[in-house]
Amino acid sequence: MELQEENNTQALASGRRDFLRLAGLTGVGLVLGFSAKASGQKTSVVNLSADSAAVLSFELHPFIVIDNAGGITLINHRPDMGQATWQSVPMMIAEELEVTLDQIKIRQSDGLRKYGEQLSGGSSTVRTGWTRLRQAGAAAREMFLQAAATEWKAQKSDCYAENGKIHHRPTGKSLSYGELVEQASALEVPADLPLKAKKDFKILGKALPRPEIPAKVTGVAEFGMDVEVPGMLYASIERSPMIHGKVVSFDDTNAKKVAGVTQVLKAERKLPYKACESVAVLANSYWAALQGRKALKIVWDNGTLAEELDSSVYAAKLRAAVAQEAPSYTNLGDVSTALASAAKKLDAVYETPFLAHAPMEPEVAIAHVKEDGSCEIWAPVQGPDGTIEQVSAYLGIKPEQVTVHVPFLGGAFGRKAYLDFVLEAVYLSKQTKTPVKVIWTREDDIQQGPFRPAMLSSMRGGVDEKGAITAFEHTLIGESISGQVFGFFPEGKPDPWAGEAISHEESPYAIPNLKVGFTRVKTEIPIVWWRSVYPSNSSFGHESFIDELAHAAGKDPLAVRKELMKDDKRFLNVLTLLEEKSGWNKTLPAGMGKGVAVAKSFGSVCAHAFFVKKTATGLVVDRVVTVLDCGMYVNPDNVRAQTEGNIAMGLTAATKPAITFAKGKAQQSNFHQYQLLRMDEMPKMEIHLVENEEAPGGVGEPGLPPVAPALCNAIFSATGTRIRTLPVDLKKLV
Amino acid sequence: MAQYTLQINGQKLQADVEPDTPLLWVLRDHLGLVGTKYGCGIAQCGACTVHLNDQATRSCVLPVSAVGTSKITTIEGLSKDGDHPVQQAWDEVDVPQCGYCQSGQIMTAAALLKRTPKPNEKEIENAMNGNLCRCGTYHRIHEAVKVAATKTN
Repeated sequence: MELQEENNTQALASGRRDFLRLAGLTGVGLVLGFSAKASGQKTSVVNLSADSAAVLSFELHPFIVIDNAGGITLINHRPDMGQATWQSVPMMIAEELEVTLDQIKIRQSDGLRKYGEQLSGGSSTVRTGWTRLRQAGAAAREMFLQAAATEWKAQKSDCYAENGKIHHRPTGKSLSYGELVEQASALEVPADLPLKAKKDFKILGKALPRPEIPAKVTGVAEFGMDVEVPGMLYASIERSPMIHGKVVSFDDTNAKKVAGVTQVLKAERKLPYKACESVAVLANSYWAALQGRKALKIVWDNGTLAEELDSSVYAAKLRAAVAQEAPSYTNLGDVSTALASAAKKLDAVYETPFLAHAPMEPEVAIAHVKEDGSCEIWAPVQGPDGTIEQVSAYLGIKPEQVTVHVPFLGGAFGRKAYLDFVLEAVYLSKQTKTPVKVIWTREDDIQQGPFRPAMLSSMRGGVDEKGAITAFEHTLIGESISGQVFGFFPEGKPDPWAGEAISHEESPYAIPNLKVGFTRVKTEIPIVWWRSVYPSNSSFGHESFIDELAHAAGKDPLAVRKELMKDDKRFLNVLTLLEEKSGWNKTLPAGMGKGVAVAKSFGSVCAHAFFVKKTATGLVVDRVVTVLDCGMYVNPDNVRAQTEGNIAMGLTAATKPAITFAKGKAQQSNFHQYQLLRMDEMPKMEIHLVENEEAPGGVGEPGLPPVAPALCNAIFSATGTRIRTLPVDLKKLV
Repeated sequence: MAQYTLQINGQKLQADVEPDTPLLWVLRDHLGLVGTKYGCGIAQCGACTVHLNDQATRSCVLPVSAVGTSKITTIEGLSKDGDHPVQQAWDEVDVPQCGYCQSGQIMTAAALLKRTPKPNEKEIENAMNGNLCRCGTYHRIHEAVKVAATKTN
């Protein structure tokens, strides 16, 4: 496969002919796309080849273009932030199209609405593309088969497709897709084609090398940080250490003395729900901009922010909300009555902190607001479509006037779907009439947010005299991401997203009296989705408390989960496999402990068994055994890679310093304080994938939620200490 | 501003910059060598690692005025065709996820193998521990260093 520079969004917008030309299609070609009205799994593939349609209609957009040399260009509509959409999207099409991956050129979509939903988020690319992309591939293949059969005056059933050619079985003759493209392009798109069964896959499910790796090991892969635009200025921006503070005045005398500094101006950071004030230093190099920024003297009006931005104060508010009645996702039986008659009653509070995303590439964006009012963006964003929407709204221009180029993302984890950093560049470009590149420092990234919210899980449960768990209640308490970011929170109801992984639908523990609810407690600390979103918080309390109840019942925690999940085939299978693969029932050597946790999120079920050991210098995670049921998958090696990453990020979240606010400011500023897991702290990992023919689930996030509870359940097993507040410093557990 | 002549990837390159400018930003903003990345600016993450006379060095805290006649190698100059044994191994093991930290990881690994061609597990860990990877590719990095060691004599 070949990576193609994405430098043609403008032309893409202007019509089909331009698209075809840019795709290298000089003559006749086969162009297939989707009707934008079709969403999700039900889709209709459309033939866009007819030459009379000079301009692509708004509803139709090409995803596949095949030229008369058999070359294939296709659009990757989901930005690649390390989750490998550059491979997964083409593989789904190529499987049914019967072409090899080296025949494919890939281009990143540009955010235009006709490409549909383009947000890399919610572990959704394969899940939402699985049927429609394979259908598109199958439709093209069938059109080539029909074209060849007509050409040969042969039975279509005597023809078959392989490696970009149609072969005639009786005679052995063949024609390439390029040779057939003219005839094929005149045909109707066949509808409702049967798709291959898993056993017939040639590409899907195979650990094929990723196409972008060579570029990433030679330094030539272009990340957002690497883009340069002629005439651009660099900006470094001083924002209030208390995030929402207002600029009373600033003295830029010394800043302007720094060689290379061209301009200092008041600026703004537009959050989705409010604008924050800042002062920007522009220069002809980044280093000059940064030195100028350091020389600024700014007087801030921070109002009462010193009291409002305080994580201890917020934690106390969360605890105070435990007593509140919560709107529920699940309410089976009657928890209170069941607890009243329980032989053993337990209640506990679990707390998870604010966290920064800290992608290795800090926030960076280039914007160029031009004289004609249009705007061009180069930025590592998770959603090019959302970028067009927000930039056009911010500038008061039409979406068609915004062009977005998306290079590779140097990590994102949710952060780069929050576009404050892009709008900062837009603001400065509009003011200065030049292209502006805004680069955040690591300190900006760690201190300015938005952050993974701090949350609290209030748990109650009961066990009867026979050792059966009869009652379970989980109230998740914290700020609503939807409420804060979008101003959407349904009063009197639970948060629209926070039931993921804990509602009875996704955590089907057969406990007769079961309640899962959500209480909103607002904060002024900016928050947003962070890898695996709410389950990164909520699974900790959920799965730790099941463990507490199992111990109260005098039962093995894994056996209890199997018993309570016995009616759910996939959960039961995952747990049974984990029991077997991890050697769960073997006696552990002295000083060791084991813990299990399971969670279903983003359509996949993941369970971890953690094995920890006591050492003279603290507790060490020795081994993690994972079973993941993500249904059918594209590349097993990438599924493992994502899961390794989830375990590492989950361990960092559980054991490394969090983000704390005191007197209005984040107390951590860079990696010396906001520490990440390093190589010597990686446990051994064994990752087992469940083989089945279920529809694909997510892969980029489901491995994370069960990490913290499995770890802390193992800590309890080894030490008898129940960890209910994260992070836990393993070195202090001796 | 001052004029510096730097020995980078076997070439003499000139930059007119302030003496306190870190080598990282000279490479990136003035010489167009953007394979070397900014990650933290305080030598905590290793994304900016280059070779200074064959030693893995954090370019984000090295003022250009301190470079002198030292020979600098960046990811762009590690091999002519992107086929240094470490790059080959990284490719074979499919190490990168997002890939942003990997230039620094590769430069650190290449420096390790230069001075210790057959490192043991602990030596790999010690050498690579200063390089952060938020995607969590550490196991593959470790494996790829071992694979690379089999390719060097």
